[in-house]
Amino acid sequence: MSISLVNVSKRFGDVNAVSGVNFSVQDGELVALLGPSGGGKTTVLRMIAGLEMPTDGDILIRGQRVNNLPVQQRNIGFVFQNYALFKTMSVFDNIAFGLKIKKWKRADIDARVTELVDLFDLRGLEKRFPHQLSGGQRQRIAIARALAPKPGVLLLDEPFGAVDAKIRQELREWLVRLHHDLNVTTVFVTHDQEEAMEVSNRIVIFSRGRLEQIGTPREVYEQPANEFVARFIGVMNVLEATVQQGQARAGELAFPAHGVADGTQMRIGFRPYAVAVSIDLTQYAYQATLRHTYFLGILLRVEFELPSGLIVRGRMTKEEYASLGLEDGREVSLQIKNYRILARDDAALGTEVPLTPPPRPHIAENI
Amino acid sequence: MSATIPRRVRDAHRKSQRGAEESPWVRRILIGLCAAFLLLFLCLPLINVFVQAFSKGVSAYFSSLTHPDTLAAMRLTLTVALITVPLNVIFGLAAAWCVAKFEFRGKALLTTLIDLPFSVSPVVAGLIYVVLFGLQGYLGPWLQDRELQIIFAVPGIVLATLFVTFPFVARELIPVMQATGTEQEQAAMTLGASGWKTFWHVTLPSVKWGLLYGIILCNARTMGEFGAVSVVSGHITGKTDTLPLRVEKLYNEYQAAAAFGVASLLALLALVTLVIKTYLEWKQHAQLAEAQSAPEDSLSDPSNTRA
Repeated sequence: MSISLVNVSKRFGDVNAVSGVNFSVQDGELVALLGPSGGGKTTVLRMIAGLEMPTDGDILIRGQRVNNLPVQQRNIGFVFQNYALFKTMSVFDNIAFGLKIKKWKRADIDARVTELVDLFDLRGLEKRFPHQLSGGQRQRIAIARALAPKPGVLLLDEPFGAVDAKIRQELREWLVRLHHDLNVTTVFVTHDQEEAMEVSNRIVIFSRGRLEQIGTPREVYEQPANEFVARFIGVMNVLEATVQQGQARAGELAFPAHGVADGTQMRIGFRPYAVAVSIDLTQYAYQATLRHTYFLGILLRVEFELPSGLIVRGRMTKEEYASLGLEDGREVSLQIKNYRILARDDAALGTEVPLTPPPRPHIAENI
Repeated sequence: MSATIPRRVRDAHRKSQRGAEESPWVRRILIGLCAAFLLLFLCLPLINVFVQAFSKGVSAYFSSLTHPDTLAAMRLTLTVALITVPLNVIFGLAAAWCVAKFEFRGKALLTTLIDLPFSVSPVVAGLIYVVLFGLQGYLGPWLQDRELQIIFAVPGIVLATLFVTFPFVARELIPVMQATGTEQEQAAMTLGASGWKTFWHVTLPSVKWGLLYGIILCNARTMGEFGAVSVVSGHITGKTDTLPLRVEKLYNEYQAAAAFGVASLLALLALVTLVIKTYLEWKQHAQLAEAQSAPEDSLSDPSNTRA
């Protein structure tokens, strides 16, 4: 079931929760609505569901305007952040609720619930009550309940927010598998960019009620539409630089800025993987000291301090780290291989600019 | 719902406080004082009601209960309860629903107004209706023209009782409904349930025990109300006397045994109410304790084995 939002706005009193949002979700897609809290993404989800009415604009489902269609008739499945399971009903009755409301036959209800219980690994729990279940189980019941009446679209509000980190990872993979198996159009809300990158086909990024960018995880990472997206997706070093004689300077670091007037303020950003490091102090332009190494698993986060006190964050594999013979306190030389002008006295976002030497292949860019 | 702390928590709290506990003597004196007070002012009078009721023998007791005027009072009291309690259940549900589930201007004022009958003397409550609907009242002449009698008749008694008892159901439901929130109802709606079905299948079951508790208290007060009813009833024997008014009348007519006989009915009602109330409280606690003691993590989570 395809969904389109046309110029949709929502005001709560004087607050513009959502302003002029346009986007479409194709049939069978898995889309993430991503943004910081208060960005309006949950409001958008609730408007698609019919739990909120848009103040302006149209919501189309399968090309039909559904603004005035009540939530009961929209044929959507909604999974609430805290699951909102019916506390007074058993697992079976929770999953069967939508079917009973739609007056399915008893035998059909039994068959459908059994099918979902098998699919969601809930066997043996049918007679339990929600308070007797773990967080992961509750979440699967909430999704099973939403899917039971075979909705055209599945909407999930922060589906992984209320479970602990280990189960969260498993649930992500499980959701991807589930979407692959059922192929139901799915829209979910998250504030976790890693989660959005990992799970979704496309990401819709919101900030302060506005749609900042829509694209595949790769697109929003490699071609951010604006400074907000560039900084929100992935880790970025951000420097405030001032132009002096054709060069934007921040501490020791200098970036070419030909033809820009002296004194112009610029904000420059570069990804940690764009920092090239050598233990040969003469190989690269800048001398720095390795201040601290953070162990993240296969990747290490390294923090360099330049003589002026400027901190540059880099990222490298364990192997690189070992072959360079790095350790905390070690003197190195470094270079910024790619950078991006994030803002130049309110001018538009620049594209990524390679500096000599040319960039090496990207490693683990989503991290 | 006075003390909804689950026993487990209470016990743990008690243990942790042991080091700072009062000396046994202070404890014994306080418990003794309490017990003596309850015995003197509650238990003895209650026992006395039954002793006095049976002072002229069992047959006199039953004949006092089957006196036509007493039977009329019973019928009236039951009629008033049958009208008042359902109305207050509807009002209580509506009031609790809008206070717990909606945000609106004047909500604090509404909550205060719900409490008003608790703080107003019942006699004043009765007088309000006399001033409004009595012959010399604002609406009296208009009502008389249409031959509608409210004061010194059953409608007046129902109105006064309604006023006095309307906080009971609402006050019990507001905290329960606030704790439940609105998400379960929204979930039911996304699954296609209409407003009525949502209320019937989701909202009502989740407030069931609180509602029953409120009904029991409301009913006890309805049947036992004296002050407000006394002002509006007119004390017409066999017509507008409720059970409490009947007790007073018999007593004033120096028929002490009969008065205590009728009073024993009200005392029995109180005892039954107390038993049901305790049962409902226990039931609610059991449910809460069950919810709290449910092992969150000890249950095997099948998703763990899949990844």
